[in-house]
Amino acid sequence: MALPNKPVGELKAVRDPEVEKRDVDVLIIGGGMAACGTAFEIKKWTGDDTKILLCDKAALERSGAVAQGLSAINTYIGENKIEDYVRMVRNDLMGIVREDLIYDLGRHVDDSVHLFEEWGLPIWKKTEDGKNIDGKKGLKQGTLKAGATPVRTGKWQIMINGESYKRIVAEAGKLALGEDNILERCFIVEILNDKEDPTRVAGAVGFSLRENKVYIINAKVMLVACGGAVNIYQPRSVAEGKGRAWYPVWNAGSTYTMALRAGAELSMMENRFTPARFKDGYGPVGAWFLLFKAKTVNGLGENYAASDGAKVELEKYAPYGTAAVTPTCLRNHLMLKEYKEGRGPIIMKTSDALKTLGETMSKKELKHLEAEAWEDFLDMSVGQAGLWCATNTEPEKKDSEVMPTEPYLLGSHSGCCGLWCSGPDEDWVPEDYKWGYNRMTTVKGLFTAGDGVGCSGHKFSSGSHAEGRIVAKSMLQYLAKEGDKVTGFKETDQELVDMVYKPVRNYLDHCEYTTAQDVNPNYCKPSGMAMRLMKMTNEYGAGTGTYYMTSGKNLEILMELFEMFREDLDKVAAGDLHELLRAWEIFHRLFTVQAHTRHIQFREETRYPGFYYRGDYMGQNDEEWFCFVNSTYNKETNEWTLRKAPYHKIISD
Amino acid sequence: MPSFVIAEKCDGCKGGDKTACMYICPNDLMVLDPNAMKAYNQEPDQCWECYSCVKICPSQAIEVRGYSDFVPMGASVVPMMGTEDIMWTCKFRNGVVKRFKFPIRTTPEGEANAYLDLKGKDLNSGLLSTQEADGYVFPTPQELA
Repeated sequence: MALPNKPVGELKAVRDPEVEKRDVDVLIIGGGMAACGTAFEIKKWTGDDTKILLCDKAALERSGAVAQGLSAINTYIGENKIEDYVRMVRNDLMGIVREDLIYDLGRHVDDSVHLFEEWGLPIWKKTEDGKNIDGKKGLKQGTLKAGATPVRTGKWQIMINGESYKRIVAEAGKLALGEDNILERCFIVEILNDKEDPTRVAGAVGFSLRENKVYIINAKVMLVACGGAVNIYQPRSVAEGKGRAWYPVWNAGSTYTMALRAGAELSMMENRFTPARFKDGYGPVGAWFLLFKAKTVNGLGENYAASDGAKVELEKYAPYGTAAVTPTCLRNHLMLKEYKEGRGPIIMKTSDALKTLGETMSKKELKHLEAEAWEDFLDMSVGQAGLWCATNTEPEKKDSEVMPTEPYLLGSHSGCCGLWCSGPDEDWVPEDYKWGYNRMTTVKGLFTAGDGVGCSGHKFSSGSHAEGRIVAKSMLQYLAKEGDKVTGFKETDQELVDMVYKPVRNYLDHCEYTTAQDVNPNYCKPSGMAMRLMKMTNEYGAGTGTYYMTSGKNLEILMELFEMFREDLDKVAAGDLHELLRAWEIFHRLFTVQAHTRHIQFREETRYPGFYYRGDYMGQNDEEWFCFVNSTYNKETNEWTLRKAPYHKIISD
Repeated sequence: MPSFVIAEKCDGCKGGDKTACMYICPNDLMVLDPNAMKAYNQEPDQCWECYSCVKICPSQAIEVRGYSDFVPMGASVVPMMGTEDIMWTCKFRNGVVKRFKFPIRTTPEGEANAYLDLKGKDLNSGLLSTQEADGYVFPTPQELA
């Protein structure tokens, strides 16, 4: 417990920070897979006189969604047709996707995977006699690029030994961009528009997490790629375990909020992802389903997903529900039906799966199989391994529960919310899908990638990297053609410092009023605000508390609560630099989840049963809603505008 | 599973140019108490248990204790990082111990090929630099609706 009136953190904040100004051509905001792709690619297309700066709120070596590692690369086209990749994504996301962006991703992604392997990422291989070998032994088989066969778990996924995946990718990005052009522990919080043309970007402002310093950056073109949004809904574990989010807990919606506040149009923000994962530990289930062929049963031991009842339920959502591969949301929907009708919990029969596989295996092969099962967790979700150890769960002997998590917002995994972006400027791309620069948002000079690009899910780690590389070229095209149109932003240094350090001033102005700093009527703390936000979204915005159900009236109440929340954030207080980080993150989370629920409010149908339900508009309404929902926000007037945007089918069925 | 620092083992990275765990934590959780010269996790309920601090600690002073709201006590999962492999020791609550070793990279650290000398030719094409260098034939969709 902290002493009264003392900030908790070690790095105390001061009222007047130092100001450091930067003047660059290209600003890369974020340090994950997408940003590392941009970092690798960009200098190949420009001279040393182009000034480039990358700002990461963490350390590149372990930042973003891949920080912990991964056990698979989920998008590798390989022997498949790119058109089939588009079809898979379209079906999984219930029909409404940007096929231009998905196709474009598909024709670039393998090149990034080949680079990862060259850089040192071990990729599992198939031997001539059909056995799986790890990425180190598999070197003998040659590289994927040279034609070696990966170990496919599904049609699109390949297995890797990916503990150091991010370290390897970051290393190449750092080497290519140059350490001097990278600022770590610099959290960019707001994008600044051009003073002459507010539909253009001209800079950004942020602060250091290590010293009392505000960065004010002039930039002509920029990428915002700071991942998705986590802890915007109350997680199933609300004490220590709320850190054990499925997606990285540090993803604060910064991508969406910074872009929307700069005026960029959002698309499909109603689309969320509530993955079904091993209960509490949130370990991956993909390898268990696909590689080990495990089945899930309900509490009565029935294979509910194969029942007649499930078939009838899925037929309601044809053609998606009746497709060969059931969309992710509908698999959740079937699971939720079991819970709600009293037939829970849902159990994954790991014991049966391993027993069946073991029948045709030698002892040595069985041992290898056991290691594969554990590696799946240890590479990317160590906590799940810890939970199995703590509950004496040996998967060959004891089964585990699977459960849908709290909602997440993202555009790179099995979800597709994000920014409305231009597709490639090619003949086959519909006119209203392109405005000159590939992956540029509707704000001139503002680009995004990875989780930021809307309507184009299932790109995962490899696709995010490839997309970051695509953006590198697009940004330089923009710089060449329009860079000299940027005139700078209107905000003064003082105004920007006052804005960024407002939470510090709030703290210093009032912290002596009470004897214990956390309870004070003059300010609110980020930790309390985080819980307040998650409580309201959980209760009114289709969280786990209502089995993901909401309605028009619930959303109306939520909007009112959001508005008071937004006003109160003016009084958020931060005594140290870590708390200042949290203060800005909660600000970013608010606008992102507000966009999400406003879209749910606007779309009067239930497009994604299993992810969320509009109780007042159950079922899909293709006649009215087979279209994108797009929104914009005006930060001067605090007004949201929503519209329908037409969908164009590019690839045949 | 929040990380914790074993007081006896942590030397605050004395002699190092940075406090390793503080440098690496993706969520800015690990901090150094400069008076005690010991690091600690300042916000355990925001720990993703990514193990970045555990893996990087030069003194093996950091481990992870299961989340107090759902993990029974007594187990541990401890990694040992090498340059090519990682070794894991998984101890169960009931005493069962499992050990695993997995490869982590196939090239020496620091030697990822960043293609520093590669320069692209056509900025306005859709090809990435290495695709252009490889003579990749840029596809367009053939199976149109």
